[in-house]
Amino acid sequence: MQTKTLFDKIWDSHVVHSIEGGPDVLYIDQHYIHEVTSPQAFAGLKARGIPVLRPGQTLATADHNIPTKDQDQPIKDELSRNQVDKLDENCREYGISYYGLNHPQNGIVHVIGPEQGFTLPGMTIVCGDSHTSTHGAFGSVAFGIGTSEVEMVLATQCILQPKPKKMRITVNGNLQKGVTSKDIILYIISQISTGGATGYFVEYAGSAIEALSMEGRMTICNMSIEMGARGGLIAPDEITFKYLKLIPTVGNKPDFYLQLKKWNLLKSDPGADFDRELTFYAGKIRPMITYGTNPGMGIAVDDSIPALDDISEDRSASFIKSLDYMGFIPGMKILGHPVDYVFLGSCTNGRIEDLRAFTEFVKGRKKALNVTALIVPGSKKVEQQAIKEGLAKILKKAGFELRQPGCSSCLAMNEDKVPAGKYAVSTSNRNFEGRQGPGARTMLASPLTAAAAAITGKITDPRDLLND
Amino acid sequence: MINKTAIQIDMPKTKFDILESTCVPLPLENVDTDQIIPARFLSATTRDGFGENLFRDWRYDKSGNKNKEFVLNNPKYTGQVLVAGKNFGSGSSREHAVWAIADYGFRAVVSSFFADIFRNNSLNNGLLPVVVREDFLKDLLEKITKKPETMVRIDLDQQLFSVLPAGESVNFEINPYKKECLMKGLDDIDYLLSIRNMITAYEFRKTLGK
Repeated sequence: MQTKTLFDKIWDSHVVHSIEGGPDVLYIDQHYIHEVTSPQAFAGLKARGIPVLRPGQTLATADHNIPTKDQDQPIKDELSRNQVDKLDENCREYGISYYGLNHPQNGIVHVIGPEQGFTLPGMTIVCGDSHTSTHGAFGSVAFGIGTSEVEMVLATQCILQPKPKKMRITVNGNLQKGVTSKDIILYIISQISTGGATGYFVEYAGSAIEALSMEGRMTICNMSIEMGARGGLIAPDEITFKYLKLIPTVGNKPDFYLQLKKWNLLKSDPGADFDRELTFYAGKIRPMITYGTNPGMGIAVDDSIPALDDISEDRSASFIKSLDYMGFIPGMKILGHPVDYVFLGSCTNGRIEDLRAFTEFVKGRKKALNVTALIVPGSKKVEQQAIKEGLAKILKKAGFELRQPGCSSCLAMNEDKVPAGKYAVSTSNRNFEGRQGPGARTMLASPLTAAAAAITGKITDPRDLLND
Repeated sequence: MINKTAIQIDMPKTKFDILESTCVPLPLENVDTDQIIPARFLSATTRDGFGENLFRDWRYDKSGNKNKEFVLNNPKYTGQVLVAGKNFGSGSSREHAVWAIADYGFRAVVSSFFADIFRNNSLNNGLLPVVVREDFLKDLLEKITKKPETMVRIDLDQQLFSVLPAGESVNFEINPYKKECLMKGLDDIDYLLSIRNMITAYEFRKTLGK
C-alpha cells in the first residue's frame, strides 16, 4: 500500500473532483466567518440570487474591528458598527449561527472554534483569515482564504485549490525554562524566512511538539502562515483527545469513542514522503524577539541585530528600510531598549494558558510606569475563566487591566492602536509596518518576554526574572 | 477543463488575453498585504474604491501629503503592470489587497514568487500574477527603473512575458484551468455551481461513511 502523510489522508478524502491539470474541488467540513472579510461574499450571493448551501457548517463571530471596552454599548465607529450589523443581518437572512458581541461564546474566531468544539481532527476548515492555520493543532487541514473563496464555500461548501507540497518540521528535545511554544515558532521562522514555506503545507512533529499543550500547539500552527506556509498541522494524540473530551458538546456525544477510534488513525504513515524535511533542536532555542518588519526578522532576545555585512546584497535594501522604520541600527543589541506598549492577546497568544503564564510572571510585581499595557482575552470564555481563577485580580494588583475579548491591537482596526514611533512588545503574529497603528514599531515575542518588558519597561530576558 | 454547461451569470469579468504596457517598479521584497492596504481601510462592505488607499502609508505622509519619493507618485512611472520584489503579497488573506491593486488600474503583477493566498485571490479577480526567474526579475527591475518608457507584453495564451521591442522573453506558468477562466472571464463559482450534483453525491457518500 502507498504510504501517505497525514495531510494527504485528510486532503485526499475531501476531494470531490480533480480537474485535469488543475485544482482540486475540495469539500469543506467547517467554515468560520467574521465581519471584515464576509460582507462582499454575501453581496455576491445576493447578486447571483443563490442561497447558502449548508448554513449549519458555517459559524460567525465579530472579532476584528470591535472595541475591547464597553462592549455593551453601541460601537462608536460608524463603519465598524455598520460592518458588524451587516454580519448580524446576513447571518439572520441565511440561517447561520452568529456569536456576536456580548454573546457568551463570542471571541476571536480561532479561539472560539476550538474551545467550543467546532474544530475536530480530520476536518477541512477554512476562514477568510490567514491565521485559520491555528486549527491544524487538532490534526485538521485548516487554511485561510480570500473573500471570493468565502463566497464559494457559502454557495457550494467547496473551493477550488491546487494541492500544496508537503513539508515536515521536526523539533526534538526539551525546552529551556522560560522558553515557550511562541519562541519555537519565532525561531523556526527566523531560520527559514518569511517566505520559506510558501507553497507547502507543514506537519510539525518531534518530541518538543508532542510535549506541548493544545494551547501551545495552536500558537505554533497559528504562525505557519508567517513563513508562507498554506497551513500547519499536528497529528492528534492523547493530549488532543483529553482536551476534546472536556468540551461538553464533543466529549458527551454518544459517538465520542467511535470518533476517537477514527481520530487515532490520523497520523503520517512511517516512511511517508515529504517534499522537504527540516529538523531543529529545542534545547538550543532561547526566548525570541523580532527586530524588523516581518516575522522572519527575529533573534534571541540576548543577541544582536545582524550587521550589514551579514545581509546579502539583494536583501540589503529591504533590511535597511525595515531597520530605519524600527529606529534600530544594524549590529546593535536590543536588550535594555525602552518599551512603550505591551500587548498580550490575539489568536496567537490570547488563550487561558497565555494569561496564566503572563499573570504568574507579574504576580507580586508592578507594571513599569512608562508602559501602557493591553491585556486582551481571546474569548468571553477565556475572560470568564481568568476572572474565575483570580487572574484578573492579580493582574489588577500588578497594575494591569483585563479588557474584553477581540483581535484588538494585533491589527488595530479598533481604537487599540500603538502611536507612531512607539515600541510595542506584542504577543501577536505580525510586525509589519503600521500593523498596530500607523508608524507603530512592533516587536513580536512570547507572553513571558512581554511580561518581563511590562515589568521592567525595557526589553528583558524573561529568564533573568523567573522565580525558581 | 471547464464544464461547458457552466452557468454564466451576472458580474461580467474582464477577459485577459494580451496586455502591452509600461511598468511600475517596486524593488522591495516581502511586500505584505498590510502595506498594500492597511487594516484601517478594511471597514468597507463593498469591493470598490480601495485603489485610493493602495500603499497608503508609503504613498502619503502622516499629514496626508503625497510622498514624492514613492514610485506611484512619480509621474515618470505609469502603466498596468506592477513589478515587485520576491514574496509579494505575504501576510493577511485580505482580498482587499487585490481589489486595491486592480482598482488602481493594474492588470498584472510580476515577481519571482507570490504568497499563496494572494496568488489565489489575484486569479479570482482577473489580476494576473506572473512568476519570473529571480535573475530575470532583477534585470527587469533595473531596466524599467532606468528606462520608464520600456514596454512589456504579456501574452496569456502563449504564457509569454516579453520586454519590447525585441528584448528578452520568458515563459510563465499558470494552471490550465485558471488560464481558461481568465481568458473567458469565468469564475470558480460558475464552475462549482455547475457541479452541484457531484458535491451532493460526495456528501451522501460521506454520511454513509464511505
